[in-house]
Amino acid sequence: MTFTIPIDNGDALKNAEADSQRTLYPYVTGTSIVAIKYKDGVLMASDMGGSYGSTLRYKNIERVKAIGKHSLLGASGEISDFQEILRYLDELVLNDNMWDDGNSLGPKEVHNYLTRVMYNRRNKFNPLWNTLVLGGVKNGESYLGMVSMIGVSFEDNHVATGFGNHLARPILRDEWRADLSFEDGVKLLEKCMRVLLYRDRSAINKLQIAKITEEGVTVSQPYSLKTFWEFQAFHNPTAGAQGSW
Amino acid sequence: MFRNQYDTDVTTWSPTGRLFQVEYAMEAVKQGSAAIGLRSRSHVVLACVNKAQSELSSHQKKIFKVDDHIGVAIAGLTADGRVLSRYMRSEAINHSFTYESPLPVGRLVVHLADKAQVCTQRSWKRPYGVGLLVGGLDESGAHLYYNCPSGNYFEYQAFAIGSRSQAAKTYLERRFESFGDSSREDLIKDAILAVRETLQGETLKSSLCTVSVLGVGEPFHFLDQETIQKVIDTFEKVPEDEAGEAGEAGEGEAEAAAAAAPAEQGGGGAGDQDVAPMEM
Repeated sequence: MTFTIPIDNGDALKNAEADSQRTLYPYVTGTSIVAIKYKDGVLMASDMGGSYGSTLRYKNIERVKAIGKHSLLGASGEISDFQEILRYLDELVLNDNMWDDGNSLGPKEVHNYLTRVMYNRRNKFNPLWNTLVLGGVKNGESYLGMVSMIGVSFEDNHVATGFGNHLARPILRDEWRADLSFEDGVKLLEKCMRVLLYRDRSAINKLQIAKITEEGVTVSQPYSLKTFWEFQAFHNPTAGAQGSW
Repeated sequence: MFRNQYDTDVTTWSPTGRLFQVEYAMEAVKQGSAAIGLRSRSHVVLACVNKAQSELSSHQKKIFKVDDHIGVAIAGLTADGRVLSRYMRSEAINHSFTYESPLPVGRLVVHLADKAQVCTQRSWKRPYGVGLLVGGLDESGAHLYYNCPSGNYFEYQAFAIGSRSQAAKTYLERRFESFGDSSREDLIKDAILAVRETLQGETLKSSLCTVSVLGVGEPFHFLDQETIQKVIDTFEKVPEDEAGEAGEAGEGEAEAAAAAAPAEQGGGGAGDQDVAPMEM
């Protein structure tokens, strides 16, 4: 029989060897998540890529998952930490179901639980290297929130992580409305994802859109967006400044 | 119950399958002054009799706020009751902090019952000598539970514990079927009438009872002496004719309830000449 005995290197902050026990840098990362509230619930979009530094190494990673009956969790950042979070939540939902008493965890409860987990890890200098997006619907009320790896947490009508913060949110600020239909919501998200595809080098053209309503969760099959590369400006990109960078 | 050779330790079974120490603990509950709880679909009322050690002392606090949506009334060893209330408050606030959401009362009573059970199975512990009527809200509405020293808990539409609680229970048994759809005011009136039953002839005064209410959209709070006295006045005048008073009572209480600020237990006693200064 083989056992692995956990190595205890002592104080994770003062001991150099103990750095192997805490997260210092992310390794396999997911890029942006973009999510919006719409008429019937919440829509969340992500691509299926996992980058290993500058290499687009994994192309079939689902970065949006259903949590319980009422929530959807999307993550960018370290994929292994996302998987760890899914395990925590799995246990949480399991215990909630075992009560079997008619009460169930809603998206607000899950969001706050995650905020506590992320913040407490940050305090120990051993963060879960993710920015999480939590969306859901319970009793007719839509909920959408975000938690970062340092425990910053808030709710909004539309959120985005990573590059999405810079590229998608301005679009959402201009074009989001409370009464978006499903089709319009998807079009809006695709618009954001297309910009990210053009401009974020860790984005890949294989995305999933997940929807959550009072009825439940649906995650679409992966699909790709049409892109257009024949813009005149790209034909001769240095036309405006010959010989310069 | 008589002394017998199996009643020394809580960890000793009797040949007939009883744990006498646990049963003795339940006797302690019966000795405490009465506590009553009733619920409708949306509200829970907890009421108790204020028994003071002597005329010189104040009465013991027997109803505790656990959270905005949960309250508990105790009967028996009040010290044990205080400790358990503190535990309940702790559970409720920890849940609230982690999940930003109120702890469902049904889950709290299970935690409480499991805690009580531990004391029935350790040779170095004794059972808690207090019965708890826990009233609270969860997703399915208002609930009332009774937690026993034995570690059992039961859900009730209405219940009474403590000394002379049988009289209150008889009253509640006659009326409980209507409680589900009762208005808040009628529920309060029924609670006070049930308290009166336990007094067995003693005149009911607002200083003798403590009443608390919680409900959907209404955080837990105590009713002040004035409000309680107004309710008492609607039926003490003509004890037989309760049906006739019901209309008046509904109006009077609605006004009083709207005017009464959520006050601490026994607040506003300044105007009441009968209340000794120490009685809060």
